[in-house]
Amino acid sequence: MEFSDFLWMTCGIFLTLATFSFLYKDNPFYKFAEHLVVGVSAGFTIIVLWHGTLVPNLFQKLEDGNWFMLWLNSSEWWYVVPAVLGLLMWTRFSKKYSWVSRWPMGLYIGISTGIAIPLEMSNRVNKQLYAMMVEIDWANFFGGNILSTTSGFAQLLIFLGTIAGLVYFFFSKEHKGVFGGVATFGIWILMIGFGASFGYTVMARVSLFINRMQDTKAWGVEAFNASDVANPHYSSMYPIVFYLLVAFVVGYIIKEIMDHLKRKNA
Amino acid sequence: MKVKLLFAVILLLLLSSLSFAQDDSAEIDTSAVVEELVLPAPPGNLSGVDKPNDHGHSIDLSWELSPDDGGGLNTVLQYDIYHWVPNLMLELNLVRDSISVIQKIIRKTTNGIIEGSQADSMKKVFEKLSRSELFDVRNSLTEYVKKGNKGLAEACKSYPEGGAWLFLDKKPSGTSTFDHIGSKEFKSSGFVPDFANLYYRVDAVTADGAKASSNILGPIQSSGQWYNTFRTPVVFSVLLFTLLTVFFVQKARKGADLYVRPLGGIEAVDDAIGRATEMGRPILYVLGLGSAADIATIASFTILGRVAKKVAEYQTELLVPTYDPIVMTVAQEVVKSAYLDAGRPDAYKEDTVHFVTQSQFAYVAAVNGIMLRELPATNIYMGKFFAESLILAETGALAGSIQISGTDEIAQIPFFIVACDYTLIGEELYAASAYLGKEPVLLGSLKAQDYAKAAIIVLAVIGVILAQFDFGTEFVNLFEVVN
Repeated sequence: MEFSDFLWMTCGIFLTLATFSFLYKDNPFYKFAEHLVVGVSAGFTIIVLWHGTLVPNLFQKLEDGNWFMLWLNSSEWWYVVPAVLGLLMWTRFSKKYSWVSRWPMGLYIGISTGIAIPLEMSNRVNKQLYAMMVEIDWANFFGGNILSTTSGFAQLLIFLGTIAGLVYFFFSKEHKGVFGGVATFGIWILMIGFGASFGYTVMARVSLFINRMQDTKAWGVEAFNASDVANPHYSSMYPIVFYLLVAFVVGYIIKEIMDHLKRKNA
Repeated sequence: MKVKLLFAVILLLLLSSLSFAQDDSAEIDTSAVVEELVLPAPPGNLSGVDKPNDHGHSIDLSWELSPDDGGGLNTVLQYDIYHWVPNLMLELNLVRDSISVIQKIIRKTTNGIIEGSQADSMKKVFEKLSRSELFDVRNSLTEYVKKGNKGLAEACKSYPEGGAWLFLDKKPSGTSTFDHIGSKEFKSSGFVPDFANLYYRVDAVTADGAKASSNILGPIQSSGQWYNTFRTPVVFSVLLFTLLTVFFVQKARKGADLYVRPLGGIEAVDDAIGRATEMGRPILYVLGLGSAADIATIASFTILGRVAKKVAEYQTELLVPTYDPIVMTVAQEVVKSAYLDAGRPDAYKEDTVHFVTQSQFAYVAAVNGIMLRELPATNIYMGKFFAESLILAETGALAGSIQISGTDEIAQIPFFIVACDYTLIGEELYAASAYLGKEPVLLGSLKAQDYAKAAIIVLAVIGVILAQFDFGTEFVNLFEVVN
């Protein structure tokens, strides 16, 4: 690893520590990391939008037109229409004409809704309903294992759970009596599902944390050239950078302890 | 005039290279069988139909496996699929390739062109032209392809003269179907014309390269359908739901009392706004990461309107950091209208609703910062949330805020449940917007949803009972939606 790469790695470690410092309290390092990521991401988004959306979907379509003809002489002149709709959004900066910006917004929401309704109906209603109507495997009711998803028991439980879940989301009737009992069974089923989902996601987050710790360890290994393959670019600057960052962190911790003691004595 | 002359010369050059291209291309096969090798038995009974319920330009092929595939000599390795194209199509493909090269020269993306290739020789011809000449030649060639495509159907009638078999794809042994999904874009080299006579052939190929051809399928034509019969259940569902919605909206407009059961999370909103007023702290409203077209975001706009109206009445501060620029503009309109309805248009501040960034975790970092610095008394998360849900809710809990959340993202609901004081689960979010708004349209659609759910429950129960018997399969299949 070259020294410049090591410096970038050190930056990554510093930003990781700065972000984790939020667990202690809001502090200047967290603020720095926060503003850096917000600023960088905003700039990055603009570049992505420019090169990934505007250039291929607009500028390249109108590239053979002339500005003094408002690009209406280009071979794909109809791309001028969405461009104008996009420009209408800028009327929001005018108090008098800001209402014009509702046109492109209305068009956008209308088109999106038109696309979404049949898709939602197909994917979330029809396909789910069809998938629910299965032949229960009575011959293999408990299967080899009660938790086996192919057993008749699991099929029946999924069906009853779905029905009870739907009953819970019935808003026109109060959850009382038998109806309330079914709704309670529905919310229990939902909560079991949420619990499983929670555990699964937490495990994924823990793996992200482990990854950051592994990176930190790798940084320490690089700093002291302790890996199996010796770094040909290694110099005394590597541990100096390491100690500088450690000193910086330790210095901040000592300052915080001193401040805490001062506040306590005062 | 100069450009027309240039175009004519380029076209002549391209067309003269056609014979070279045919010889050079390994994909074009003119021999049906390879001799001097042990030939496999050919695949039999090649048949095809126009792909149903599509936009056209596609043919579904099927054939009987060669007797030497999985039996007999068992030598068949794969099936090569060919279709016959007239010379005009080959000419047009060359012109299409040249258009692609011109585009690359215009956009300075010629790095991927391999030296010595056909594209490279085209590049050498075209790069001598000026930029405006390139545009003119490109447009003239595009026009040529467009006109040429119109003549394809006529050219296809000349079969078997004046054309060649073009390799389409290969399929492993044991396969007996192939869907030829052509492109509908006339600029694409995979373009398949509708209403043109198409011919196909399938070769059984051995490891030695010996080939035996099936019967020739054709003429067969592709065409698009206006109505996709596979989606009929969706049409009926949408129609039924629309009828229910219209019925209940009309009923609500006539003043019928449509009952909606109280929702804990929504009842708490008023208390939370009161708490913020008493504490003199702001209210943070997060619309999530959804776009303005997401149903959860649309529901959230209604709740935001209600919250903003209360905030305006109580003269409390409202903070709405947004992720999406369009969501920001809609939210600004919503909040502005709410302040107007509350009779406090003067209290509305433009930066109440502000844009942060369109990067997920950068947005989270910024909202977390707002929570810790502004210390809002109440955080309301309503809309579409993803991996950021727990980070937001945990930070809000650390900051000591009352938190009310609602999302239809199933994977995120658990995090809100554990870290927030009140959570609207899934559809409760939509119900909340109707409950708060009390508008006939929203109440009517909520009622329609309830009746649709009741219909689903009834159909599901009937379907499951009938599915246990053979005669019930037909009923169950009525609900099948095929993509």
